[in-house]
Formats: sequence, C-alpha cells, structure tokens
Amino acid sequence: MAFIPHTEADVAEMLAAIGVASIDQLFDEIPASLRVRSLDGIPAAMNEMQIGKLMSARAQTDGRPLCFIGAGAYEHHIPAAVWAVATRGEFYSAYTPYQAEASQGTLQVIYEYQTMMASLTGMEVANASLYDGASALAEACLMAVRANRKSKAQRVLVPRSVHPHYRKVASAAAGNQAVRFEEVAYSAAEGRTLASTLARFDGQDVTALVIQQPNFFGVLEDVDALTRWARERDIFVIAVVNPTSLALLKPPGEWGAGGADIVVGEGQPLGVPLCSGGPYFGFMTTRMAHVRQMPGRLVGRTVDVSGRDGFTLTLQAREQHIRRARATSNICTNQGLLVTAATIYMSLMGPQGLARVAAASHARTAELVAALTRVPGVRRVFPSPYFHEAVVGLDRPAAPVLQRLADRGILAGFDLAEHYPELGHALLVCATETKTSAEIERYAHALGDVMKAARAA
Amino acid sequence: MPALREKVIFEYSRPGRGSRDQWPEEVEHPFKLPENLKRQSPPLLPEVGELEAVRHFTRLSQMNFSIDTHFYPLGSCTMKYNPKACNQYAMLPEFLGRHPLAPESHGQGFLTCMFELQEMLKEVTGMQGVSLSPMAGAHGEFAGVAMIRAYHRARSDLARTEIIVPEAAHGTNPATAMMCGCTVREIRVAADGDIDVAALEAAVGPHTAGIMLTNPSTLGIFERRIEEVARIVHAAGGLLYYDGANLNAILGKVRPGDMGFDAIHMNLHKTFSTPHGGGGPGAGAVGVSARLLPFLPIPIVGRDAERYRWLAEGDLPQSIGRLSAFMGNAGVLLRAYIYMRMLGRTGMSEVGDYATLNANYLLTRLKQAGFEAAYPQRRASHEFIITLKREARELDVNAMDFAKRLLDHGFHAPTTYFPLIVPECLLIEPTETESREVLDAFADAMIRIAREAREEPEYLKGAPHSLPVRRLDDVRAAKQLDLTWKPKEGV
Amino acid sequence: MSQVPADLHYTKSHEWVRKLSDGTVEIGITDHAQHALGDLVFAEVPDKGRVLASGEACAVVESVKAASDVYCPIAGEVTAGNPELATAPELINQDAFGRGWLLRLRPASAAFGALLSAAEYEELLRAEGS
Repeated sequence: MAFIPHTEADVAEMLAAIGVASIDQLFDEIPASLRVRSLDGIPAAMNEMQIGKLMSARAQTDGRPLCFIGAGAYEHHIPAAVWAVATRGEFYSAYTPYQAEASQGTLQVIYEYQTMMASLTGMEVANASLYDGASALAEACLMAVRANRKSKAQRVLVPRSVHPHYRKVASAAAGNQAVRFEEVAYSAAEGRTLASTLARFDGQDVTALVIQQPNFFGVLEDVDALTRWARERDIFVIAVVNPTSLALLKPPGEWGAGGADIVVGEGQPLGVPLCSGGPYFGFMTTRMAHVRQMPGRLVGRTVDVSGRDGFTLTLQAREQHIRRARATSNICTNQGLLVTAATIYMSLMGPQGLARVAAASHARTAELVAALTRVPGVRRVFPSPYFHEAVVGLDRPAAPVLQRLADRGILAGFDLAEHYPELGHALLVCATETKTSAEIERYAHALGDVMKAARAA
Repeated sequence: MPALREKVIFEYSRPGRGSRDQWPEEVEHPFKLPENLKRQSPPLLPEVGELEAVRHFTRLSQMNFSIDTHFYPLGSCTMKYNPKACNQYAMLPEFLGRHPLAPESHGQGFLTCMFELQEMLKEVTGMQGVSLSPMAGAHGEFAGVAMIRAYHRARSDLARTEIIVPEAAHGTNPATAMMCGCTVREIRVAADGDIDVAALEAAVGPHTAGIMLTNPSTLGIFERRIEEVARIVHAAGGLLYYDGANLNAILGKVRPGDMGFDAIHMNLHKTFSTPHGGGGPGAGAVGVSARLLPFLPIPIVGRDAERYRWLAEGDLPQSIGRLSAFMGNAGVLLRAYIYMRMLGRTGMSEVGDYATLNANYLLTRLKQAGFEAAYPQRRASHEFIITLKREARELDVNAMDFAKRLLDHGFHAPTTYFPLIVPECLLIEPTETESREVLDAFADAMIRIAREAREEPEYLKGAPHSLPVRRLDDVRAAKQLDLTWKPKEGV
Repeated sequence: MSQVPADLHYTKSHEWVRKLSDGTVEIGITDHAQHALGDLVFAEVPDKGRVLASGEACAVVESVKAASDVYCPIAGEVTAGNPELATAPELINQDAFGRGWLLRLRPASAAFGALLSAAEYEELLRAEGS
C-alpha cells in the first residue's frame, strides 16, 4: 500500500457519504479511452526491508574510493550535527514559508543565512538560494542585462578559465533571451585572465564581465585589475566564487575600486555532501541598489500586530506567482533544505573554523602537487598561486592513467582533454582538509607505479 | 516590545567561541597570499559552541508547521508523507560521498537507479524519453518550452513564438514562456471549468509554438475535452506541454502521453514524495514524445549491454543543453526512485485512487456544511476549490482570515488566492496519505471558523492567536527592508 | 466607488493625464488602480530626458501583492519624475490624483484623441464591475 491508512470500512463509509458505489466512479468524467489498463513496465511493489537490501547492494557496488577530484564539487568534513538537525521533520517536511506565522523557523534560518552570505561575499544583500552555482551564473547574467542601464548590447564576456559546465549552462539558460556570450582567452603561461586581453573590447558596448575566483584551474585571478577595467567602462562585474576560499581571500565586494556588482557561486562546500552532483545550492548576493532585480526569494524582518519581531518573505511582487510574465525569473522551489544545512555548518565552523578549512585545503593541495611532481613524467603546469586545486601535466594521455588509478580505488583528478585540449595531457587535482599525508603518499606511489608500467609497455 | 521567541544566532556569539571539535588542525605553514588578495577582516559568522548551535536550530525547527507534525492541505503542492526509508537509503555513505565526476566504472549502482527511474517515469507518464536533470518544476518547464522552441527552429518554422496559457495557469507558466523568448496569450476558461474550445480555435495559428496545460487543471477538475484540445493544437502545428503539478490525481489512472502531450515536467517533490525542505530541493524531470527526443537536456543515462553511462553533447547534438553544472539533484532522484520501487505497479494507481477519494470526501463534508464549491457540478480530482466570496460579502471575513484561523486549529492553511480567477478561494488538496479522521477534523474546524465568523468576527480577523507570532506587517517588511542582521553600533 | 475627477483624461489601463499650464502634462495612476494594488511599497519613475512612445512601459508601482507596469498614455519627453515617491510611495494611495503623480512630460504632439474622458472612464469602471 502506498502509505495509505484507509481500511475497507473507511472506504465504504466515505463512498457512502459521497454517494458513489466505488472509487472508480469518481473517475467517470475521464474518457474511457484514456484510462490506463495496467503499468506492466513498473516492477512489483517492495516493502521497506526489500528496498533496503537492494539499495545497500547497489551502494556496495559503488564503494568509497579515495577522491582527489574538485572541478566544482569539493569533499569537506561535514559535522554530524548538520544533517542530524537539518533532517528533523520540522525542517525536512515543511513547505515554502508562504504562511509566515507557521514558518518562523525556516524564515529565521534564511534570514541568518542571508546575513552570513552577504558578509562572506562583502556585499549588502543575499537571496534565499538558486538551484546551483551554474544556474546562478545564468541568472546573474540576465540580472546584469536588466540592471545595467548604461548598456544596450546584452553582451557578457566570459573568460575560458571559468568552469566549462557553467559556461554551457549560462548559454543554455540565457541564450533564449538574446544574451550574447563572448569568450575571453586566458594566458597559457599563467593559467589566468590578463587585463591586457580585455583591451580589445575597449570602447565597445559590453554589459558584464564574469570573473571566477579561484578560476576553474584553481588559479587566483588578478581580480583588482579585471574589476577596475570593467568598472571604468560601466561594465557590471559578476563574480563567481568559492565560499570556503572567502574565509581567507578578499571578498568580491572589495575587488578593485568599488567591488563586484553581483556575486554568485556554488554553496556545496558549506556542509553539503557530494552525492553525485546534487542537490547543491547556488548563492547570489548583490548591492541594495539592485535588490529589486534579484531573482529568488528574500526574507525580511518586520513586526506583527502586537509589536513582536518576526520574519516574512518580502518583495514577492518580483516573483513568478505575482508578476507572472514580467517576473525576474520563473524560479519557485529553490534549495531550502541545503540552505538550512549550510547555515548550521557556517554556525559550527564560524570564521575561525572556515579559515582553518581553507588553509588546510591549500596546504594539502600544495603537499599533493609536490608529491605528484616528484613522479617522473609529471609536472606542474601553471606557476601561479592557487587555492586548493592545481593542474598537473603528464607525459602521456591522462584517461588511461586515471582509469588504472580508479581500478586501485583512487579517483585521481579531472581529465582536461575534452575542455582544454590546448593544455596537452593534463588533469586537475584537488586535496582538501579531508586528505591525510598517508593518503597523498598512497596516490603518489600508485601514480608512480602506473606511469612506470605505462612507460614499460 | 516583546522580543523574538528565539534570538538571532549572532546574538549568542562570543569572541573566540567555536565548535572546535569540527575544525581541522592549524597548518604549519600558513597560506602565503599576495597582500592585495588577502581578506582583511573576518566574515560575520557566528562564534558559538556546538550545543548552542544545535539548541538554536532545534528550537527554530519547533516553530515550523511540517507534514511530520501537521495536516498540510496545500492545493497543487501534494504534501503527502515523505517516507523515512527514502531518506535513509538515499543517504547511504557510498551514494552520499560519490563525486559527480567520478568515473562510470565507480557508479554503476547509482547509474542503475537513475536509469530505472527514467524507465519508470516513462512508463507511468506514457512518454518516450526522460531527462532527470532539471532541478525543480519551473526548471523543467523551462526545459519543456525550450525543447518546443528548438523543435520549431530545427524545422525552420521561426514564426512560432507564441505560447497559449489558460487564464487560471500557475504563475511559472507565463514566466517560463517569457524566459524562453516567447510571448504569452491567455485564453479564457468556460463556465464549466474546461478550456473554452472556441476561444482556443480562434487563438491558434502559424504563430503558435504550443500550449501549456495542467490536467487536472489548476481549478482541480479534469479537462474533459483534452483530446480535442490536442487535436486542435497539433492541427495548427503547435505542440502540447503538460505541467505535472497535478499528476497525483491521475497517477496510474491516466497518462499525459496518452492525452497527446509532447513535453511534460514532473514535480518529483510533489507526486513522488521527495521532501519539500522548507522551499526545496525539488526535481523537475522532463518527459517527451518521440519528436522531441533529440532535444532532451543532457546528461541522460543510457545503457550499452549491461553497463550504464552518461549520454551528453556527443550523443545528443541537438540537445537544448546542460541545465545544471552536473546531473541535477541526484539525492532527490534517489529518494524518488526508492519511493517508486516501494509503490510498485499496484501502488501507483492506489495513489490516484485514494488521493481522489480523500478529496471528494472532504469536498462532500464541506458542501454539506454549507461551504460553496467553485465547481459544484464537477467531480473533485485530487483537489478542489471552495470560494468564500459569500462570507466575504456578508460577514466581511475573507479567505486570508480563514487560513490564519486554521493555523490556530493546528492545520496548515490550504492554498489561498490561487487560481486567480476564483475570488476568495481556498484550493484544498488532502493527498492519499491522510486518514479519514484527519479529514473530518479539518471539516469540523472549518465549520467552527464559519460560526466564529458570524459570532466573533473581530477575534477571527485577528488570527492567528496561538503561534510564535501574530499576523505580520508585510507592508513594513517591503518598505523598511531589513534583510540582514547588523551588529549594534560600537560593537 | 472610486474618485474620477472630471477635468482629467484617462486610459483603459487606469492611468490619468492632466494638462499643465506650461504645455507639459502630468501622469499618474487612478484611485481605482491604487485601491486594487493595496498599500504601495515602491514606485520607480523615469529619469528626466527619457523619450517615451505612446503605450511604452514607463514606470513600475509595487505593492505587497502586485507589481504593475505603468504605460505612458502619450508620446513625449520626460521633464520630471516625482521625487517624493522614493521615500513615500504611499502618497499614491493617499492622493492618487495630486501628490501621488508619477511623471511629467512634454508631449510630442497635441493629439489627445485616444484618451478617455472622465465619463468614458467611469463607464469602463462600471462595466468592469467595481
């Protein structure tokens, strides 16, 4: 039974009250030709014990290899309290807080989250989340087009050092609304975007410039120079940032002279498990001047009729359920439970804990790069400073090396051949605070073996 | 002025406090950052111990209504029980810890679940292909309309830029059409609640990209002439899009593919019982008929012999593209998979049966108590509309007042003021997981509130009285924007 | 029943137009419109110098329950947006035809033909059932 409590007696009494002979009669308005006969393609029902065994067997098949992949999703320690509290039924099974008086818990969590994200990014206001970092970038580009009154071109510059999937999602989402995306090359020597590369756009009508920090390669961009270039030309700056890094890095609100206009990023590192890619959450922050152009929900503090403080959704007139065709976006459901988890995570870590995670992640990656580049045939590709990821080059194609290492239980990194063939045989490697020196040594040792065997073959 | 029942967490902060057991060790050699890239002052995050944090968020949770604690008859939201098994098995460590870019060789268990989910969703909706990547219903709508546009463009039919939407449609529908670069034309609903077919015939033409419909409609009733609607739109060269918000009413009983729909989205967080989470995460899987298969958003799971793999840009060159950085809300999809496996083939139609039984029973009780149904001659689907326009006129109490007073009675209010075309309405969806006693208790509460409307209207209009806050000033919230906590001056 | 001053012109989308003595016109939304919106929390008015076409969306008024575009009734160049509305959008509720004005503009031509008279606007409201 599909979690249905009715007994036969219940059903009989209910049918009698309604005045029909059978449940089937309640469907008599539906043309008979449309009625389903049977769903042979659906397997038979399972009880909880049976599904538990099935899922456990499938999980065992996948196992738990040692993971050194970053590329937009990062493994960090998640305190047990985060999901113990976030999966409480009162958070887990609550709806969107439209009836504010019955949702003060959720609303206050979001208000606290908005406060933390605004501060972390050096901006003035945050929304209650978007689907993920990539779709948040798409929304930011659309928002820049709406908000940048000084530009008519609807043209957004996107460096190739921005995550390749993010660029694809932005173009899939915003392409239908006549936004033009143009690629900006990165410096092959340094692995970052140079302000001099932007010179070719001088004097042209450009709406926004996207700057990812750290960039997809893990490299730290010269955010001040890029921001200054844009702001001097009334071009909006859209920052795409890693939230853990902001414990140590200068936030976008302080880039250049005047800071970024819109900040987005992937919130997954803040207490959200990797889980094959989702659910994560996209964050967006901006200045108060642009708050009415920002998509997604906003929670505001106000008072009730007795003068007591409370929280409610506000500026809803921008949203789809009121504005309809003129809404800032069509977003309705967002990523509420993940925001709850992230707020608990940030509360447990605090500014010091988050700084430790950032510092430890950088240190482990430095240790990893040193260990790997000691292996013959492996070299560091970009000399530039990085946060917690780096590109290493191999003297042979990466794909077979990665597969051999995976067979030994090590997910060694992300192969860059598909998206950056100009880098030759290269992979993006990442180590966070979760990796020990022994694990790093195990990876380096295994890589040594695999490279040696490949050379001998 | 009475304070918040639970302080804002920053007010618990004390410098130097923290949940130290959660922090990694300090590193030997600190991160040598160029001065101009260094953060100068720490971010405003709480400095509290672990117990303080746990207590704070637990207390906040206790101020929420939720399915686990309250009957939640929100129309079009399908607030059914979220089985704990779905959460437990979706959170097995191997699933939880898997990186999205891990190789397929280390994900066959997960990919098997995703492939089987695609197949089950195809079967229960009668569609030919499914993509799991959209992350919410509105996201799925975007994909659906984008696919319809891509289809017309691929046939060089560039004039088709208009989307038809019934006037009772959910706000995401016209917003989505606009996001896809289309214009919107609204058509009227006839007095019996079905689409005005004559108006539809007049509205379609060579400019029609398609029509977006929910069935049962947002009025809670089945669109009886759907086959005719499909014929008219297809004959004019347009396609049909199905908004799956109300799929719970017909699960296992009718299939959108059989009704003639070309693209559909499903709300897995409604029909397939994944948690609402206080505003998400959802998942808005899309299904398509054969002609739209090439345009599905990537990635989707394919099968070669007995191995599963991702199909992406190379396999679907005409795809509308990627909608998420990775493959969508995997954890939500796992929960939907577990739910569907537990229901099985018989359980699917039990959902449609009992959701409809519960709605019709509750409608009967309310009609007998003197409430006015918006479409009294029609069967309820899984939901129905009560209009309080008479009470508003005679007693000056409105749908909002009823909704707020229901909270005092321990029920979350139904959906109010939607759909827009019915004045002072309550859209009520009990779902199949509620017992008859709960429905009776709700009807009894409505009766008591109606009596109160006659005898103590002022008290009623002041509701809610028993919650952590009374009615909130949302005008002030919008005019005096207070969107972040700020430390007091000098602190 | 909403107020409908006799000396103004109106549109079907509930804007009003007042001729000023210097040849410019003043534009706002009607009492019916402000009542339908409820308490206004925000109003965005166009900048001086902006050139508007007839029917072009020129302002936005926002309440808690709705955000509405305001459509320019006649073509012209904006001479002023009401500066008081930035801090007091409620003026539109309190005095829709007076201190709640939205913008002033210099019309491109003298043609007022497409606008409704007060009597015609009242008839429209009656037909809409308010």
